[in-house]
Amino acid sequence: MTLLIDPRFLDAGEAALVVEFGDTVDPAVNDRVLALDAALRADPPAGTREFVPTYRSLMIHYDPLAIDRDTLIATVRRMLTGLAEWRGEGTTWTLPCCYDPALAEDLDEAAGILRLTRDEAIACHAKATYRVYMCGFTPGQTYLGGVPEPLKISRRATPRPPHPAGAVLIGGGLCTVAPFVMPTGWYVIGQTPERLFAAERKDAFLIQAGDLLRFDPIDLVTFRNLEQRAAGGEVVARKQAA
Amino acid sequence: MTATAPEAVVRVLAAGPGATLQNAGRHGYLRFGVTAAGPMDPLAHATANLAIGNPAGATAIEVSVGGIEVTAEFGSLSVAIAGGEFALSLDGRPLPPAVVLNLEQGAVLKIRAGSGGSWCYLAVAGRLVVPKVLGSHATHTRTGFGGVNGRAIIAGDRLGFELAGSSQPSISTIVAPWLNRPVDTIRVVLGPQHDYFADDQIAAFLAGPWTVSGRSDRMAYFLDGPRLTHARGYNIVSDGIAMGAIQVPGDGRPIVLMADRQSTGGYPKIATIIGPDLGRLAQARPGTVLRFAAVSIGEAVAARREEADLLARGIAIEPMVRTHLSSEFLLGLNLIDGVVGAETLG
Repeated sequence: MTLLIDPRFLDAGEAALVVEFGDTVDPAVNDRVLALDAALRADPPAGTREFVPTYRSLMIHYDPLAIDRDTLIATVRRMLTGLAEWRGEGTTWTLPCCYDPALAEDLDEAAGILRLTRDEAIACHAKATYRVYMCGFTPGQTYLGGVPEPLKISRRATPRPPHPAGAVLIGGGLCTVAPFVMPTGWYVIGQTPERLFAAERKDAFLIQAGDLLRFDPIDLVTFRNLEQRAAGGEVVARKQAA
Repeated sequence: MTATAPEAVVRVLAAGPGATLQNAGRHGYLRFGVTAAGPMDPLAHATANLAIGNPAGATAIEVSVGGIEVTAEFGSLSVAIAGGEFALSLDGRPLPPAVVLNLEQGAVLKIRAGSGGSWCYLAVAGRLVVPKVLGSHATHTRTGFGGVNGRAIIAGDRLGFELAGSSQPSISTIVAPWLNRPVDTIRVVLGPQHDYFADDQIAAFLAGPWTVSGRSDRMAYFLDGPRLTHARGYNIVSDGIAMGAIQVPGDGRPIVLMADRQSTGGYPKIATIIGPDLGRLAQARPGTVLRFAAVSIGEAVAARREEADLLARGIAIEPMVRTHLSSEFLLGLNLIDGVVGAETLG
């Protein structure tokens, strides 16, 4: 399969161009975004500055005094015709996740809304394999698709107070792992001891768009132990290359 | 081996909220959710740096209307101040709002909110000796990135500088008429999601008038005015956010996303402020009334080129003759008159 679908080119001012492949959360759309992102990173056109992949579009930041918009669009079009199906870099992460009530503050509430028992909700969440569609909002925060149907829950009507760092949340039919304390309209159903962002660590960021992710249920004692090791700079998630 | 550069310290005697270290921004990490941060008024930031011989994007202190008071320790420092119309004084003697001066050991430089503007920049000649985060000093307080331990500057902070040279500039005004920018019309490029709005709503957006809300900060400027309605709903699947993007959430009140914005978001963005007008908006205080004017990409790029050419020509400074100028006289001058007056009297 080649990337035949013609994207839309949208201006975000005179120094950023949005290459939009769709307007939905769809793995096929995200594949195209990541394929173009990989191609541009491998051979960045002079004058481009930064590429930001999201669910369904790629934002290209550029210096319009170094490359004009029409040249940039022509370059992107040329790249697209040469792109094959994107298969990803194949990294699968296993992220420890504690669903203990002490950390999973909203699990009972979410399970109630979804008409599941707490244990059913946990089992359902832990058995799925998630796709990392994008990173965004805060440093290292990952947005995951592939949430099983029984766990697809709407966002809250009004945000809840700030969640802890490392919260695993569901909302809007998606899942996210959030490394920074923030108020949220999503439901906190667990917490990972892993630090998805650690400035002092050699790999400051662990996970990138296109990776796959699974959650490994751990108890509270294990969580505290891993949390301590992570604080010392150790990576406690397991990484499996394809 | 390089010889150890001489060092001096800027000691902060007092700081209002919102004074932060900012370089040109922490670029390259948006894909991981890291906001660039950087100056709210990039043109004023570059002007202050260039006036003192630093690279345009060097780390400087961004001062809010909360003001700041500093002194020099262990030697004197060459500094430049530029930005809004702030009220400056050196050891109690008033100064014009854009100046270069030698801050002698123990001398007290005060920067206070003045007749207009929200931000000004205090640039020190030399290299700041503070650890960087992901290659940058830019402060993003919401995530605790950069700056002094990830936070705003407070009284008692001591900022070390490796000095670039031994020049001791005589007190001079910075000739930067481009910093005197009217804020009544802000230029935008429509999109990326202007197709979420009917034509009459785009017209209403451009006509305004909009009043800058008191809820504004480094992350976002909120605008009060007509309520805009969406033709195709207000939830979009998240995409990237450029500085100056104007998003319209469900309540129809536009929000301009500024230097500390989140990297991605899920509301339609009706337009994006052009680069050269970002600082112009940033300097608008709460209560300022403005309108938007839609321009083409070509016009936006031309404005950007004009700004780049201005800075490439270098920043002129004009020595002031302190002994001949009373403080009242200095306060009554604008930048250009100050230059002419100083020459005449000198």
